[in-house]
Amino acid sequence: MTAPSPGGAATPLLEVRNLRKFFPIVKGTFRKVVGNVRAVDDVSFSIQEGETLGLVGESGCGKTTTSRCIIRAMAPTSGQVLFHTRAGKVVDLVPMSRKQLRPLRPEIQMIFQDPFGSLNPRMTLLDNVGEPLLVNGLRNRRERTDRVAELLRLVGLRPEFMHRFPHAFSGGQRQRIGIARALSTNPRLVVADEPISALDVSVQAQVLNLLLELQTRLHLTYLFVAHDLSVVRHISDRVAVMYVGQLVELAPTSAIFKRPKHPYTAALMRAVPVPDPRVPSGNGALKGEVPSPAAPPSGCYFHPRCQFAEERCRREPPPLREIAPGHLARCHLADQLTLETPASGAGGR
Amino acid sequence: MGLGMLPIRTATEAGAAQPLLSVRDLRVTFAMDEGVVRAVDGASFDVLPGQVVGIVGESGCGKSVTMRAILQIVDKPGRIAGGEILFRRRLGQAGAETEETVDLARLPPRGSAMRSIRGAEIALIPQEPMAAFSPVHTVGEQIIEAILLHWRQWRPDGRPLSRTEARQITGDLFRDVGISMPDQRVDAYSWQLSGGLRQRAMIAMALSCKPRLLIADEPTTAIDVTTQAQVLALLRDLQRKYGMAIIFITHDLGVIAQMASYVVVMYLGRVMEEGPVDEIFHAPKHPYTRALLRSMPSLYGQARVALPVISGSLPHPFNRPSGCPFHPRCGDVLPGRCASRVPSLQPVGERQSASCFLYHDVADPA
Ligand SMILES: Nc1ncnc2c1ncn2[C@@H]1O[C@H](COP(=O)(O)OP(=O)(O)OP(=O)(O)O)[C@@H](O)[C@H]1O
Ligand SMILES: Nc1ncnc2c1ncn2[C@@H]1O[C@H](COP(=O)(O)OP(=O)(O)O)[C@@H](O)[C@H]1O
Ligand code: SF4
Ligand code: SF4
Ligand SMILES: [Mg+2]
Ligand SMILES: [Mg+2]
Repeated sequence: MTAPSPGGAATPLLEVRNLRKFFPIVKGTFRKVVGNVRAVDDVSFSIQEGETLGLVGESGCGKTTTSRCIIRAMAPTSGQVLFHTRAGKVVDLVPMSRKQLRPLRPEIQMIFQDPFGSLNPRMTLLDNVGEPLLVNGLRNRRERTDRVAELLRLVGLRPEFMHRFPHAFSGGQRQRIGIARALSTNPRLVVADEPISALDVSVQAQVLNLLLELQTRLHLTYLFVAHDLSVVRHISDRVAVMYVGQLVELAPTSAIFKRPKHPYTAALMRAVPVPDPRVPSGNGALKGEVPSPAAPPSGCYFHPRCQFAEERCRREPPPLREIAPGHLARCHLADQLTLETPASGAGGR
Repeated sequence: MGLGMLPIRTATEAGAAQPLLSVRDLRVTFAMDEGVVRAVDGASFDVLPGQVVGIVGESGCGKSVTMRAILQIVDKPGRIAGGEILFRRRLGQAGAETEETVDLARLPPRGSAMRSIRGAEIALIPQEPMAAFSPVHTVGEQIIEAILLHWRQWRPDGRPLSRTEARQITGDLFRDVGISMPDQRVDAYSWQLSGGLRQRAMIAMALSCKPRLLIADEPTTAIDVTTQAQVLALLRDLQRKYGMAIIFITHDLGVIAQMASYVVVMYLGRVMEEGPVDEIFHAPKHPYTRALLRSMPSLYGQARVALPVISGSLPHPFNRPSGCPFHPRCGDVLPGRCASRVPSLQPVGERQSASCFLYHDVADPA
């Protein structure tokens, strides 16, 4: 699936190293900085070309902030975001100015959660979808119209629709328009932040299928952010789990669903209500709330909610370490625990 | 007794399986400039006392409008255009209660009978969590007001409730719904609470009148999976503790499978299929139910293969198909039959019902 580099090892399209994003907490008339929201705190991972990495975690754990730092919609506090450009160079997006980023923008695109908010209601589809083309210098209206027609066909919409406004379309159709817009510049990396959470079940399946099909056809690479684990399971090659700004587990999809190594991952999976009344699931196994990233707990951030927590967990922060080949987990007991999930059993309906 | 009350029998005579709520051929229309939207078009289902009924269906199929019709709070220009909403209401003092069946569809929306049912016997957790609380009063004040309004529910002996006592009950309700530090949270404003806490406060509000029927309209759609699991567990506990019936609306089939004992599947304002949860998931009859179940990504499905989808899309509400509303998207459509007559909801097998000509030939009058 991945294009091997001359050396034989696969080249990552994207490599995130020690990414941090802190939001200062200011107080008083002098706007003194009294602390930091450590929204993303030392996150590292890479994505191979043509691969899908799923990023999951509870609300507020830093998924959106990570995505926005990668597409450089915001400036990271520190770290590196190494991107392998179409021209064959590896560049770090973090120190780049807006002007330096501009030529790279077409290669990295984003699909948003809210299909309603991400389109301009006063612009026709032609202008909504064609805008990134215009920004990137395709000034000829005729060529732009042809390209938009091609894009609409690609996402399963009729090209005749291009003169209509977004309000005339349903949620699923608007999400297709958002996808067409993201694909207009021939991107190589697509960052999708909960792209189907706002859609109906039956429409979710259509959009998921579309994303899979486009990936094969256009050789796209996805960072797919979601809180729905069944969806992540369906689309990802590997899955990264975030908790309070940090990665707590990273592994190939089948491995992590069959045998998660971090108690948080297992708890997330048990929380999913399985659409089968014969498989009891979706119980309140995970008590309490996500701690504030401004004042995380001592030791392992997960210890106040972890059923396996022992004395050491309250004192020592566990490192993210390799438990099995390609399987990383941030837990002192990762190689001792046997964690059950609804998917560990024989499975299949 | 006011309009539309049909005294039937007392609680002692009533069999345990007599429905608490029975919706019969309900029709709700919205008269718009562009035409009439038939939001609910002949929906029928029952809810037994203490039962959890799940209602599933795609966005716009009429789930919320059906619930608002039950409470007589359909937004303008909507109106109940036909059908019955039979509800068995409680009358009299604790200990000497009797029951009578009233047709909610025929009660005046702002009359005293409807007001007392809406407050005291049927409670709604609405779909928009933010809209439920006023931002200018604390959450506690609003719940205290609701308790004072329905004080008879808490004081069967007829002694009025003081404000201090109502505040105490609010604290107890907060503890019941798992809000930590209830004494502080009572004085919080809704916008100061996290999504999960707001949801819990809303459940406390709904419980403030000790309803016999709780309607939860997508109570967990806006929150993440772990908070959802907590809220679902909470609703299950409360249902057991208070013995109330719940109508649970969602388009998440996982939530339905785990919460409901009985399932109603809706499409374009009509019931396509209904039955016990196990039958619906393991022996679905209606082509729409089957298609919906197939299209779900699963925790143990095969990764990265295309999911079977329902072809086409939901028709525009002004463009209802003739005959079976599902026929333009149905893989089993019977030529010459499905496009001309509307299949009626009929028993199929022992415990299920389906509106589909694959199983019977009974059509509804046009
Ligand atoms: N105030 C209104 N004016 C006009 N039409 C309305 C109004 N409220 C609802 N409708 C129409 O009634 C139909 C049913 O809407 P309803 O809100 O019951 O759907 P739903 O099943 O609850 O969907 P969702 O899953 O999106 O909440 C839709 O076609 C909708 O457009
Ligand atoms: N602009 C901001 N200012 C301050 N804090 C923020 C800002 N954006 C996000 N945060 C905080 O950073 C954390 C991670 O947020 P986010 O990345 O949106 O999480 P997720 O997408 O996983 O739900 C949260 O605690 C959130 O409140
Ligand atoms: S390190 Fe300890 S507290 Fe943290 S996840 Fe592992 S067992 Fe639980
Ligand atoms: S009545 Fe006909 S069109 Fe409707 S669901 Fe049954 S087979 Fe399909
Ligand atoms: Mg987010
Ligand atoms: Mg609704």
